[in-house]
Amino acid sequence: MSKRRQDGRSQETSGQSRQQGKYVLRLFITGASPNSSRAITNLKNICEANIPGDYSLEIIDVYQSRDIAEAEGLIALPMLVKKYPLPERRMIGDMSNTKKVLSGLGLEF
Amino acid sequence: MTSKKDKPLSRSTLAKTPTGIIGLDELTGGGIPAGRPTLVCGDPGCGKTLLSLEFIVRGATQYNEPGVFIAFEEKSEELAMNVASLGFDLEQLQRDGLLKIDHIHIERSEIEETGEYDLEGLFIRLDHAIKSIGAKRVVLDTIENLFSGLSNQFILRSELRRLFQWLKEKKVTAIITGEKGNGLLTRQGLEEYVSDCVILLEHRVSNKISTRFLRVVKYRGSVHGTNEYPFLIDSDGISVLPVTSLLLAHDVSSQRVSSGIPALDDMLGGQGFFKGSSILVSGTAGTGKTSIAAYFADQTCQRKERCAYFAFEESPQQIVRNMKSIGIDLNAHVNKGLLQFHASRPTLFGLEMHLVSMYKIIKKFKPQTVILDPITNLITVGSVSEVKSMLIRLIDFLQAEQITVMFTALTLNSVVSEQTDEGVSSLVDAWLLVRDIESNGERNRGMYIMKSRGMKHSNQVREFIIRDFGLDLMDVFLGADGVLTGSAREAEQLKIQAGHVLRDFAVGRKDKEIERKRTVLEAKIASLKEEFESITDALNKSYVEEDLRNEVIEKNRATITDIRNNKNTITDKKKKGR
Repeated sequence: MSKRRQDGRSQETSGQSRQQGKYVLRLFITGASPNSSRAITNLKNICEANIPGDYSLEIIDVYQSRDIAEAEGLIALPMLVKKYPLPERRMIGDMSNTKKVLSGLGLEF
Repeated sequence: MTSKKDKPLSRSTLAKTPTGIIGLDELTGGGIPAGRPTLVCGDPGCGKTLLSLEFIVRGATQYNEPGVFIAFEEKSEELAMNVASLGFDLEQLQRDGLLKIDHIHIERSEIEETGEYDLEGLFIRLDHAIKSIGAKRVVLDTIENLFSGLSNQFILRSELRRLFQWLKEKKVTAIITGEKGNGLLTRQGLEEYVSDCVILLEHRVSNKISTRFLRVVKYRGSVHGTNEYPFLIDSDGISVLPVTSLLLAHDVSSQRVSSGIPALDDMLGGQGFFKGSSILVSGTAGTGKTSIAAYFADQTCQRKERCAYFAFEESPQQIVRNMKSIGIDLNAHVNKGLLQFHASRPTLFGLEMHLVSMYKIIKKFKPQTVILDPITNLITVGSVSEVKSMLIRLIDFLQAEQITVMFTALTLNSVVSEQTDEGVSSLVDAWLLVRDIESNGERNRGMYIMKSRGMKHSNQVREFIIRDFGLDLMDVFLGADGVLTGSAREAEQLKIQAGHVLRDFAVGRKDKEIERKRTVLEAKIASLKEEFESITDALNKSYVEEDLRNEVIEKNRATITDIRNNKNTITDKKKKGR
């Protein structure tokens, strides 16, 4: 798992190519804050456990590209955006509530 | 904690940022605390958003301080539309880099909370917005909306505390708005975090007339007006009326201005009123109060000074027409722009609004003279004490501006010591009382000066006469029967005139008699003279005759002598010739 923080973004595709990934996720974080690191870890664990190889995750450090905050309407961070499949869903927090994350991802109801 | 450490440093000189809102800066002694957050709270629709937006716009346009407006409620375009009628061009300001509007919208249904989070996104956006235009001013309107979008109160509260601290560190002057809550200034108790300056806006309806009020609840480290001040939202934005100046220390002028009625000036030590003083003309109905006011207005305009005439009873056209009948043409002054009429029904809006609108008109028109005709009608929209307090504030303001003001007031009955005049008689510098004097089946007007501070003034009652060509004052007649006015005075004057004629006649007759006696005497003297002359003549005649006789005798004698001698001579000659 490599993280490329230079451009503020890092893409992690696991296993299969991106096109085939069913879930398109974007996680907005703020540097290395405790909430951010927890969110990354928690989210990855959830994804690996539930949709291994079936997702693409983009992690965006808002500190690195501040314009994006307004463009994306960010307030509370960290925030996860499920771009695909539709409907788009937004989740905030450190992803510690697995049940809610799964429900947000549409994996559990 | 940090704020407490900051305090001693800033206590000596609390820097203030002018809001640019009319009246608010006077009220707070210069504006809101610079570099600190100020809380503006109030019920919905009382003007919080407008106040904060005006703060930003004035900052950008007047003080060259760019501002960031974080809107939690309205979108940028909506805001722009809402304030376009006030002449604020938000789009242009944004293009000029003086304003940045960021709309923050949180929909609870769209967001799932999955654990711990913070509001770093808001901080980043705010920071980015501030840096992008070098903002000095920030508005968060209404930050409490976060509470409806996010559910974790603990996080929100600690984040807000952090936010206000952060704003202080950024040294931006911020306004945070909040809705008034139950028993609290704001629903979420924001006043707990923002404790330097709290401004409360209220919207109240009393007597079916709605008025907005502003009150500075708290202002740490600064003197401020603590009362409720009415404010007005109109085409120029917000105007707060710091209706009572905190001090009683305005400059005074010893310059005098004429009342327009020479006889009245005479009563006032010959020169009229003091410039910048307040004059009350009170009287019963139909005693000519408006006429006096119109004369004063006319006089002001003739000096090429400006006059603002606030009419609460008659329309401008009515006043102009009526005053033509006593020989003044106010319309000419209106056309020249020296005279402005502002007629409004007292019930149009609340007392305070009247005051604010007058205040604004005066600020704009800068008249030297202001006339309120009549103040009595204002009673319909407020109690006596309210009217009084309003007039105190108005007088205060006018005196500070060195504007002479004339009020007219209707007294309901003619008891002299009566104090109905909205209780302002103690406030005014000069008080003219016009009253009816009823006697001999007719009604006449009497005028006297109840008081006139700082100048010699007549203690006499004068009869006040309105004629086709104007107003005049006459000395009333103090006869044996008491004070006489009107036709009784004229009758007395005629009586005295008749007396004069009779006396003149009597004197004339005596003169003639003397003249005649003199003629007789002179005639006598002449005849005596004649007599004397004839005696003298007779005497002279005898002298002359005697002289003549003597002469003749002498001559004869000489001739005879000659003759005798000649006889001898002739004979001698004859002898010789032979």
